[in-house]
Amino acid sequence: MRAFAELLDRLSLTGSRNAKLVLVRDYLRQAPDPDRGWALAALTGDLAFDAAKPGFIRRAVEARMDPQLFRWSYDYVGDLAETVALVWPGQPGANREPELSEVVDALRGATRAEVQELIEGWLDALAPTGRWALLKLLTGGLRVGLSARLAKQAAADVGPAPVAEVEELWHALHAPYEDLFAWLEGRGERPSADNPGRFRPAMLAQAIDAAVDFDKLDPADHAAEWKWDGIRVQLVNEGGVRRLYTRTGDDISRTFPDIVEALSDEGVIDGELLVIRDGKVASFGDLQQRLNRKAVDARLLAAFPAAIRAYDLLAEGARDTRALSFAERRARLVAFVARQASPRIDLSPLQPFDSWAALAALRADPPAGDPRVAEGLMLKRWDSIYQAGRPKGPWFKWKRDPMLIDAVLMYAQRGHGKRSSFYSDYTFGVWTRDEGGLRILTPVGKAYFGFTDEELKGIDKFVRENTVGRFGPVRSVRAEPHAGLVFEVAFEGLQRSSRHKSGVAMRFPRIHRIRWDKPPGEADDLTGLERMLERLPEL
Amino acid sequence: MIRPQDLLCPRPEGLYCPPGDFYIDPVRPVARAVITHGHADHARAGHGAVLATAATLDIMAERYGSDFASARQAGAYGEAVARDGVEVTLVPAGHVLGSAQAVVRWKGLTLVVSGDYKRRRDPTCAAFEPVPCDVFITEATFGLPVFRHPDDRAEIARLLRSVAQFPERCHLVGAYALGKAQRIIRLLREAGWDKTIHVHGALERLNGLYERHGIDLGPLAPATSATKQDFAGQIVIAPPSATQDRWSRRFPDPVIAFASGWMQVRARARQRGVELPLVISDHADWDELTATVSELKPGELWITHGREEALARWCELQGVPARALALVGYEDEDDG
Repeated sequence: MRAFAELLDRLSLTGSRNAKLVLVRDYLRQAPDPDRGWALAALTGDLAFDAAKPGFIRRAVEARMDPQLFRWSYDYVGDLAETVALVWPGQPGANREPELSEVVDALRGATRAEVQELIEGWLDALAPTGRWALLKLLTGGLRVGLSARLAKQAAADVGPAPVAEVEELWHALHAPYEDLFAWLEGRGERPSADNPGRFRPAMLAQAIDAAVDFDKLDPADHAAEWKWDGIRVQLVNEGGVRRLYTRTGDDISRTFPDIVEALSDEGVIDGELLVIRDGKVASFGDLQQRLNRKAVDARLLAAFPAAIRAYDLLAEGARDTRALSFAERRARLVAFVARQASPRIDLSPLQPFDSWAALAALRADPPAGDPRVAEGLMLKRWDSIYQAGRPKGPWFKWKRDPMLIDAVLMYAQRGHGKRSSFYSDYTFGVWTRDEGGLRILTPVGKAYFGFTDEELKGIDKFVRENTVGRFGPVRSVRAEPHAGLVFEVAFEGLQRSSRHKSGVAMRFPRIHRIRWDKPPGEADDLTGLERMLERLPEL
Repeated sequence: MIRPQDLLCPRPEGLYCPPGDFYIDPVRPVARAVITHGHADHARAGHGAVLATAATLDIMAERYGSDFASARQAGAYGEAVARDGVEVTLVPAGHVLGSAQAVVRWKGLTLVVSGDYKRRRDPTCAAFEPVPCDVFITEATFGLPVFRHPDDRAEIARLLRSVAQFPERCHLVGAYALGKAQRIIRLLREAGWDKTIHVHGALERLNGLYERHGIDLGPLAPATSATKQDFAGQIVIAPPSATQDRWSRRFPDPVIAFASGWMQVRARARQRGVELPLVISDHADWDELTATVSELKPGELWITHGREEALARWCELQGVPARALALVGYEDEDDG
C-alpha cells in the first residue's frame, strides 16, 4: 500500500504528462504482482469500490477524537479523505500495514458490517498517506489527473510495447493482469486478444502541410470526406457482445444505449458520434449533454438523439477487415450500413473531387447542409489498410482555417510545472459598451498555448511591467485604447453561452499571433463576434 | 500573592516583564530585549540592549550588520542572568541554531517562554530541554490535529528517490534561509548525498555562519552555471519565494519541492505550484505541542501565536487552564 500511496500522492501534484508516465511506469516495474495489477485497474477506472460512505468515515473519526477539533481540521483542509487521513489517531504497531491486494481481497469477500471493521483496522495500521490513498480508493474515483489511456501507455512502457497492442488486448484482460505483465516483461506469451466485443485501436490521421504535401500527392489516389465535429467512436457487435468505445478504448456503452442497440448485424464500425436531429448535425454542445452521464433517461434520449456517422468497417460478421484496402472496406461499409436500416447509423459521404484546387475550393466554401459545420476534410488513400496509431502517409486531416479575431489581453495567470515562473495563461477580451454607453472590454476567452518559448518570455515581461492589480496568482494587466497588448486569437467554433458574461463561447481558442504593433483600441468589438455567429448555419 | 501576569504581560511591542523592564522578542525597537532566536519576526534590529545566545547574536549581526543593537550580551545555555531581581536563563529550544527558550524566574515563580520550538532531533541545533514551570508560554504555529510531521529522514528519502527517478531534471528545494536550508543539507549528507549542493545566493552567508559554528555542510556551490544541462540530476536549495521567481528559469524543467510543515496539506502545495512537498518543519507539530503540555504539566498554558483556538480547546478537555495572548507580528507562513 505504501508504494501505491506514494504514487497517488505524487500523481496528484504532477502536471506533466511525461512525468506522470515515468511515475506510473516505475511503480509498475517495481511493485510485485498482484499489487501492481490492482493498482493499474484502479488507475484505469476498472477497479472502484463504493465501500465507505462519507457519513461512516466521519462517524468513525468523531468516535476517536473531539468533534470540535475535527470540525476545525476539516474546515482548514477542505477535503474529507485528506482530513481524516491526517487526524486519525494511529495505532502504531497495532496491525501490519495492509498491501493493496489484501485490501482488494478482503473487501471482495466481506459483508457490509465487516467492511466497516476492516476499514477502521486498516486506518489504524496505515501512515497518513496510506490512509489517504485507501480512502480515495474506497470512496470511488482516485481523481489524480490520470486518464485511463495514459495508465495503459505507462503499462506498455514497462515492456516497452506499443500502446496499441495493450489497448487491443485490454478488454480481454482481467485485473490483476498477471498475464499482461508476464508478456511485457518477456516471461510469458502474449495474452489472447480474440475475445469478442474487444476494442480495436484506432487509426489516426496526420495533419497535412498544405505547402509541401500536395505537390507529392496524386488526387486520384485519395478519397476525401468531411471531418465531423463530434467524437470518434467504435461500435461493436460481436459474438453477442455489444459495445461502444471512445477512440482511446473507454467503454461508454452505458451512456449510449440507443447507439449500442442500433447495430443489428455483427461487425465493427468506426465513425463519428454526433447528435443528429431531423437529419441534421446538431452542435457539439448538444453532444456534450449526452457525454459523461452515467444514467440516461428517456427525456435525454429524445431531446439529444445520438447517431453514428460511419466511415470505416473494421470487422464484418466474423471477418476482420482491417487488412483490406480502404476502397474495399468502403464498399463493404456502404452495403453494411444500408443493411442496418437504422436511423441511428448513417454513412459519412465521400466528397468527389478531381484536383487539389477543386478540393481547396470546397473546403473554403462547403456545400449547404452538414458540411458547413464540419471541421474540415479527411484524405484517405484508397489502398490504405487500417493500421493502429498514426502512420505517416496514408491518412491526412485538412482542417478548415480557424476563425480569427483581435482581442486585448486583460488578465494573466501563472502557469504550472515548467511554466510556474511565467504568466502563461491569458484571459482576453473584446470591446463592448456598458450601460452608460462607455466603451469597455469584456472577457471572451482564455488561452494558454499557441506561442513560442521566446514569445512567452516577451509576454511575461509585458505582464510584469504592466500589472495594474493582483488577485492571488492572477494579475490584471493594463488594457486601454492606447496601452495594452493585442492577441490575434484563433478558434474553431463559436457558440452562444449564458455562462459567459459576453454571451459567446469559443471552441479551442489559442494565440495565433502577438500584435505588438496594434493599439488595443483597434481590436475587435463584441458585435463582430456576434456577426460571426450569425454567419454560421443555424444549428 | 504574585500573579504570573505581574511577571510577564502582552503589550503592543511584545511580551513585557515589568519587574525586569525588558521585552521578549519585541516586534518594535525597545530599550532592553531578550531574543529567543534569529528569525526575522523574532529578532529585529534597533533595540538598546539585547540578551541572546552567542549564535543568535551572530545571526543578527550577519543579517543586520554588527551595529544592530547598542549593547549585546551573550547568554550561555543554562546560565542564569539576573536583571533587577529577575533571573533569565536561556535553554535550548531545538528550533534553529542558537534558538532558546527564555526561562524567567522571580520570587519563586517560573515562567518559560518557548519561542519557536520542536521536540525532534535536528542535526544543526541543540535539542529542546523541558523545564518545569508555573506557566508555559508556547507557540501554536501547527496547532491543529492535521499537522503531524512525518520522520524527516523519510521525507529526504522521497526527495532522493525522485532525483533518481528524474535524472534529466533538476530538483529545486524551497527552504527558509535560516535553519531549514542547513537542516535539509545536513539531512541530505546523512542520507549519503555527497555531491555538490547548489545554493541560491541568499543562503550563502548563513551557510557560512553555520559552518563557523561547527555544522559541516559538505561541498556547496552557487547555483550559477553556463548551461542548463549542468543542473540535470542536481539538487538546488533556494528560499521559497525564489522557486517561482524568474531566477528559477535557469534550471532544466525543475521539480519544485518545498520543505515546510504547511506542505502537509495538499491544497497548500497545489496553490504554490509545488510538485514534491517535503513535510519538514522546525516547529512542533500537534503531537509535540500536546505531548509537551502533558510532560510539563504547567499550572497554566499561554499561547503566543498560531492556531491557538484548537490548542486551547485541547487544554480545556485535559483540564489545563489555557489562554491565548494573541500577540501580533509573528509570521506563520514561510518559516514553517
